[in-house]
Amino acid sequence: MNILVCITHVPDTTSKISFTDDNKKFDTNGVQFIIGPYDDYALARAVELKEQNGGKITVLNVGEAETEPTIRKALAIGADEAVRINAFPKDSFFVANQIAKVAKEGNYDLILMGRESIDFNGGQVHGMVGEMLGMPSLSPVMKLDIEGNTAKVAREIEGGKEYLEVTLPFVAGCQEPIAEWKIPNMRGIMGARSKPLNVIEPDNDEVKTTLENFELPPAKGAVKMIDADNVSELVDLLKNEAKVI
Amino acid sequence: MSTDTLTQNGSAKGKSAADLFESPDFYQLDDLLTEEHKLIRSSIRDFVKKEISPFIEDWAERAHFPYEIVKKFGDIGAFGPTVSETYGGGGLDYISYGLIMQEIERGDSGMRSTASVQGSLVMYPIYKFGSEEQKKKYLPKLASGEWLGCFGLTEPDHGSNPSGMVTNFKDAGDHYVLNGAKMWISNAPKAEIAVVWAKDESGRIHGLIVERGMEGFSTPETHGKWSLRASTTGELVFDNVKVPKENLLPGKSGLGAPMMCLDSARYGIAWGAIGAAMDCYDSARRYAIERIQFGKPIGSFQLIQKKLAEMLTEITKAQLLNWKLGMMLDAGKASTSQISLAKRNSVATALDIAREARQIHGGMGITGEYPMMRHMMNLESVVTYEGTHDIHLLILGAEITGIPAFK
Ligand SMILES: Cc1cc2nc3c(=O)[nH]c(=O)nc-3n(C[C@H](O)[C@H](O)[C@H](O)COP(=O)(O)OP(=O)(O)OC[C@H]3O[C@@H](n4cnc5c(N)ncnc54)[C@H](O)[C@@H]3O)c2cc1C
Repeated sequence: MNILVCITHVPDTTSKISFTDDNKKFDTNGVQFIIGPYDDYALARAVELKEQNGGKITVLNVGEAETEPTIRKALAIGADEAVRINAFPKDSFFVANQIAKVAKEGNYDLILMGRESIDFNGGQVHGMVGEMLGMPSLSPVMKLDIEGNTAKVAREIEGGKEYLEVTLPFVAGCQEPIAEWKIPNMRGIMGARSKPLNVIEPDNDEVKTTLENFELPPAKGAVKMIDADNVSELVDLLKNEAKVI
Repeated sequence: MSTDTLTQNGSAKGKSAADLFESPDFYQLDDLLTEEHKLIRSSIRDFVKKEISPFIEDWAERAHFPYEIVKKFGDIGAFGPTVSETYGGGGLDYISYGLIMQEIERGDSGMRSTASVQGSLVMYPIYKFGSEEQKKKYLPKLASGEWLGCFGLTEPDHGSNPSGMVTNFKDAGDHYVLNGAKMWISNAPKAEIAVVWAKDESGRIHGLIVERGMEGFSTPETHGKWSLRASTTGELVFDNVKVPKENLLPGKSGLGAPMMCLDSARYGIAWGAIGAAMDCYDSARRYAIERIQFGKPIGSFQLIQKKLAEMLTEITKAQLLNWKLGMMLDAGKASTSQISLAKRNSVATALDIAREARQIHGGMGITGEYPMMRHMMNLESVVTYEGTHDIHLLILGAEITGIPAFK
């Protein structure tokens, strides 16, 4: 079983977000970067599938040199080799193009990634990659089992779950509880030193979006406590102060 | 799950709130670490947040040693990280070892004791002084956590003065006969093997590997500890135990052999105790900002700020000291007295910080909702074992003056 896992390099979920350059650039000063939490689920499931079925895991990231510690962590968790496409991930289309190019050459049985990144939360790359490769693409996948040439998949849908069977190869955008996050052990970290990390240049520079500027969401307001008996005050505040009714 | 509640440490939660620990790095000491060091630290931190923090208050309250942690420590690679990979170790450097100990003790000193006894006091002597057969037989099983080991040096009547030990063995032809008793031995009640220091007929100290099941060997548990309650402690009793001759550690004899092990373990304590200090500081910093008295956060009062500022100062100094000591150990240049200075400094610093941090928490600080009381009580053992606070002072005194005060 030959698995490609695509990971993002994203700010830690507790990071303080701020911008520079007239709100055109994300300020990375003091920010810790991690493997995208949803990508981390995809990687964890890939490691389990490899344990069950044998095979090889290739981890891929579209990013500049500073993403390499994140890629090494994925190797420490259990990927066998890595590919870094040496480019800033400009938009979903650009990233999908790079992934599709590697995937075409690699003959993968499965292409796994998170349901969305947690920086831009686009949730588009898996769909685009599937389209570019002419393969099914499913998301958000919360369960994935392989039997021979088919996979049994559970997908979250509005108000319930959908159970599907799909023939390999396909693309999946993963989320919990597909697997539990894996913490790299010391042997894995040592082993990651000598695993191959190949850097290749991007193929196609095309983008579909351009960034205008960033804006932070409005700060959370203070909580106002209203006496449970005083419904009219609540209605008044909702109407005249919050202006939501 | 919405993404803003996602944390990198799984979902387990105990009775106390989620473990939000972050380590201070006021002097950008992370610049001195490699990416691999940082990955090691974050991995052990995630491990502690998942496997230790949610349960530790309960274990400590019940004086329960969670034996299943032994296998988990083996899996993550916390046992013998500096031992060669050939024997199942990590093949890592001393900075990595220090960071691992810092993170585990940040969780709990008792848990760190379990790991440092196994690594520095059981695997290390077998690795350094053992025969090839002994290394092959014991090290992989100890590294993986299949076996737990313990280290027997202290005796009921010989603590600070181990050279006075009375435990002894006699040559009985094809085996040795071991007699005596050891006290205060971490891991003993659950240990599969013990590295025991005993005198031969000429009074010279040797290390022997004693295995559970050997006739005349027992490991009664020590009860009633108010410290290291999640770590198990016991005695080692040897009543005419027949020990095969191939269980003697051939590589080194004399008191210098166990002292070399203690050097390695004390180095780990120097990092570990600062981990405990960081946990107390981190909790105090958060509490000071959240707790309102007189209409303001208590962190706005100068006396509280003084406490926090002094904690951060001492932690930062100790971090730098530990890092430099690790670099010297990696270069094979650290002396026993340099290690004494760091062990003594870190533990004293941690005890002070635990007490001050507890005060900042007011009454809440005495409960198990916060970690300070547990750390504080644990540190009372840490300031005593592996050479007491005062004995390390005397080691430094001897170094300075050339005149030992303890002989
Ligand atoms: C929880 C716990 C776990 C332990 N685990 C282990 C283990 O795994 N293996 C092991 O071998 N041991 C272990 N120990 C034992 C520990 O190393 C000893 O307790 C320690 O060395 C002190 O010895 P003692 O308790 O006999 O105290 P003593 O040596 O009797 O000391 C009592 C006091 O006298 C002081 N003192 C002694 N001599 C002098 C002197 N010359 N000048 C000035 N002051 C002096 C000491 O500083 C101390 O304050 C453990 C202890 C504890 C509490």
